[in-house]
Amino acid sequence: MSRREDSFFPNLEGRKRLDLIFKLVFFSANLVGLSVLLLLLGKIVRDSWGWLDMQFITSFPSRFPEKAGILPAIYGTVYLMIITALFAIPTGIAAAIFLEEYAKKSKFLSFIQVNVYNLAGIPSIVYGILGLTVFVRWLNLGRSLLAGGLTMGLLVLPVVIVTAQEAIRAVPESLRHAAYALGATKWQTVRYVVLPSALPGMLTGIILALSRAIGETAPLIPIGALTFIRTIPKSPFDSFTVLPIQIYNWTSRPQADFRAIAAAGIVVLLIVLILMNSIAIFLRNKYQGRIKEI
Amino acid sequence: MSMESVITIRDLRVSYKDREVLKGINLDIYGNKITAIIGPSGCGKSTLLRCLNRMIDLADGARVSGRVLLQGEDIYSPKIDPVRVRFKVGMVFQKPNPFPKSIFENVAFGPRINGYKGDLSALVERSLRLAGLWDEVKDRLTANAYTLSGGQQQRLCIARALALEPEVLLLDEPCSALDPVSTMRVEETIAYLKERLTIVMVTHNIQQAARVADYTAFLLNGELVEFGETSRMFTVPKDKRTEDFITGRFG
Amino acid sequence: MIKSGKDFGRERGIQLILAVAASFSVLVTAFIIISLFEEMSGFFREVSLKEFFTETRWSPLFNPPHYGIAPLVAGTMLVTVVAMIVSVPLGLASAVYLSEYAPDKLRRLIKPVLEILAGIPTIVYGYFALTFVTPAIRAVIPGTNVFNALSAGIVMGIMLIPMISSLSEDAMMAVPMSLREAAYALGATKLEVAFRVVIPAAMSGIVASFILAFSRAVGETMIVALAAGSTPKLTLNPLESIQTMTGYIVQVMLGDTPFGSIEYKSVYAVAGVLFFITLSLNLVGNRIVRRYKEVY
Repeated sequence: MSRREDSFFPNLEGRKRLDLIFKLVFFSANLVGLSVLLLLLGKIVRDSWGWLDMQFITSFPSRFPEKAGILPAIYGTVYLMIITALFAIPTGIAAAIFLEEYAKKSKFLSFIQVNVYNLAGIPSIVYGILGLTVFVRWLNLGRSLLAGGLTMGLLVLPVVIVTAQEAIRAVPESLRHAAYALGATKWQTVRYVVLPSALPGMLTGIILALSRAIGETAPLIPIGALTFIRTIPKSPFDSFTVLPIQIYNWTSRPQADFRAIAAAGIVVLLIVLILMNSIAIFLRNKYQGRIKEI
Repeated sequence: MSMESVITIRDLRVSYKDREVLKGINLDIYGNKITAIIGPSGCGKSTLLRCLNRMIDLADGARVSGRVLLQGEDIYSPKIDPVRVRFKVGMVFQKPNPFPKSIFENVAFGPRINGYKGDLSALVERSLRLAGLWDEVKDRLTANAYTLSGGQQQRLCIARALALEPEVLLLDEPCSALDPVSTMRVEETIAYLKERLTIVMVTHNIQQAARVADYTAFLLNGELVEFGETSRMFTVPKDKRTEDFITGRFG
Repeated sequence: MIKSGKDFGRERGIQLILAVAASFSVLVTAFIIISLFEEMSGFFREVSLKEFFTETRWSPLFNPPHYGIAPLVAGTMLVTVVAMIVSVPLGLASAVYLSEYAPDKLRRLIKPVLEILAGIPTIVYGYFALTFVTPAIRAVIPGTNVFNALSAGIVMGIMLIPMISSLSEDAMMAVPMSLREAAYALGATKLEVAFRVVIPAAMSGIVASFILAFSRAVGETMIVALAAGSTPKLTLNPLESIQTMTGYIVQVMLGDTPFGSIEYKSVYAVAGVLFFITLSLNLVGNRIVRRYKEVY
């Protein structure tokens, strides 16, 4: 006892004080994120104040900011999303099913897996170059919606694959065994047992991927999305623009009024994103509830 | 021989949300003795042990009431810091949990954070000797602790706790993850240590309690059914439930 | 029930389709490499590798033009370093708070905020950098250029906080509770548990989060295209206008450079370097992440 008090100097008060200080520091790090978020939203709302109206939504771009609008950009964004979704969702889910349910553990499988992870980290502008080379030039699709949509599809493909894989992995093994025990084939098991229970997770991933696609600007620059367009695209082979490209173009101009309509465009873009994510959360909760009932 | 109670537990209650897991425990832990806490799984024996060094504070949503006196001082008094309690009361866990550091650094961890001003190497050696591990590791103190066998790792964890020269050592089923030979070594270590400190050991293994403990407390559904000298309790249990348990009729 | 031959054929067919879809991802990588290489080879027929890697000027429009990638790489690194200086301490601190300190309720409040921050399109961050952060910097340091590496770097750093925070937090959460308990039982404070046990044990995962964030910063495009400028320059001064690799690609792609011109091909050379750097970083980072997932 006495030796103990001679040799240990725990200095508890000092250590507790340090602990408290760092706790506050660590907490404030999270406040930085929150305050930037509020600052950013506040700044954008203030900049766009008075510019966001029906005229802005229903007009074409113009040399005069007060007449300019985002109608073709809205159409372009929606059409682009449809093409992206039609391409990336089936391909991504099919790839995920193969990787999780069919492929045997092998060198090739881990190669594909590593490849998927690394595809997700390739800069989006490089996807733009890929799209320009393969779709615009080699396949001769031109600077079209189709070329843009496919490029965006390739970009979000890894996100769809990885999230779908996670959703499939979360399906308990016992469900599969139950299906096999009833004489189901592999595909029947996947189709009627695995996919329905993995659906909510996949849905979340898909909406996440599409949200990413809606906000991406860089890959569409090499594709040649237009910044000044007087028509609404009628077919997948028409030229197009999207919201982020339009915002980029207006932001890069020095006039304050163009900055203001850029901010108005951002507000529209953020509203679309919030809507999509709300739908994702709603769907997830709804389906999750249903699976629990079963 | 006068019996000194090192830890005095009075009306100790612990609940998680609405579920009471300890329902008013009264128990005295005597100095330089080994006290075993036995009982079927889920009876609250680990919770009881974790109340003795306030590790229970780390569990989410656990509420504690009652008093636990360590050498006459209530460790749940608001002016007592749990960190100071843990400095005085050492603990060894179910599964060996050495840090992913060298053998030396594992033992030196406690002394380092608690401002040890003496000869650290000597302290590490002393602790490893007490834990009966010195001869096996003296030539490879810088090796990673994960290179040791499971039993050695557990004795390293004992040495790590001993390096703070605690007055009380808590052992939470220390042999449950070990093979019989390692278990024997750990039991020998424990028996040797009671010369220097007070030991409280939770075990699900009735034979182990019979082998090493001076006193045994039998817990059932959060209540203390019986407490007494191990030799007496295992031969003439006072309570029917104790008899049923030690003869293996349940649990 | 006995399966007919037709059923087996169907199963086979489905498996084949799925396998093709999975291999498609490999095809994408192959096409990226092929498409980059085709135009790159054309570029390097006109510009020597030696000039590309050792020349210190990047001025495709001057006569004679110079094609040394160093200024673009330097510009990229300048912005990236600023971004890392912002995001590493803040991201790591955020992760420590979430994994070691935050009560459950607060955690459930903070995580969505970080997710929203991560989901904001980079074009919006670019707008913020140019119209808010840059004027703020210029108010404090009047000589600062309208386009500068500092503004782009700071905003990029904020953008990366959620990424570092969530990846590092995953790594810390993977550290077994039993190690924390061991330290607490030795009388450690939360801070000591975090710094002496959790962070060392999670170190590889934490480093991986830095690497992946670094890679993301190198490839980030819209923030730098809007805020960092288009002046390829070998400088360490973050207050000057610079140009990054991605910024150069955007600049050329927005102009009407004809297919097949040397300037057009130079984009592929720059993109090739960008691809190589980010791929190497991602390979290392992802490998570390997968390794610690296996350990615990």
